[in-house]
Amino acid sequence: MKYLYAAYAATWLIHIGYLSSLVARYRRLQREIEEARKK
Amino acid sequence: MKRAFPIFALITAGLLSFALYQALVVAPTEQTMGDVQRIFYYHVPSAWTAFILFFTNLVASIVYLVRRNLKADAVAVVSAEVGLVFLTVNLVTGPIWARPVWGIWWTWDWRLTSTLGVWVIYVSYLMLRRFSASTQTPVLASVMGIFGAACVPFVYFSIWYFRTQHPSPVIGRGGELDPRMAHVLLINWLAFSCFAFLVCWSRYRLERVRREVEETQALEALLETRSVR
Repeated sequence: MKYLYAAYAATWLIHIGYLSSLVARYRRLQREIEEARKK
Repeated sequence: MKRAFPIFALITAGLLSFALYQALVVAPTEQTMGDVQRIFYYHVPSAWTAFILFFTNLVASIVYLVRRNLKADAVAVVSAEVGLVFLTVNLVTGPIWARPVWGIWWTWDWRLTSTLGVWVIYVSYLMLRRFSASTQTPVLASVMGIFGAACVPFVYFSIWYFRTQHPSPVIGRGGELDPRMAHVLLINWLAFSCFAFLVCWSRYRLERVRREVEETQALEALLETRSVR
């Protein structure tokens, strides 16, 4: 069973990792937009 | 559209939970491999979803090359990136399944090696997108996307025409999958397809905003240069 759980956990870790990277990119863009507005 | 996204996200979350329940509880236990065979319900739909996204990348790349359509270029980069995530899941879950069943994590047979080859092609595609500043980058990336998609049928058919460690097709030619297992497999594929669509939707919006910001920054830099002169 440990291999089964490892595979399912790895799947969701990869997806969550990618979604986190999207959130980080989105926040960076928001910061850049705000900085551009201040100029 | 703003209201559609959270509704679709809720439906997808429900579908993924239902699919997980089906895979872990409802699907019958395979006689030879036991419970570890349930990795199949994540391993196979991830590969199918990745291949659909690479096909989307192929179509978008061709549209960009023919019409120089920037929306098609954005769709191409989004589908390649999300497709690569799903192929990574396939490549990670495969060895975790192989270890208890074959006794080894990896073998350099046709199916595994060609899958890894396609993965490397799309990593290169995204690195080209990320690090090249040339105006010809979308054209080069489109050609690379077409090449990558052309390699996908080789991955799929490798288990038909070569002797490999990998099992034969479970659906279609030579497939003898239990109908209850096939049912759970299709539910999981539907759930992962909806999830992929949702992620692509978010990533596409991000890509459009990123391009607008880059265009604005380039315009500002140009105006600053002119004012200095």
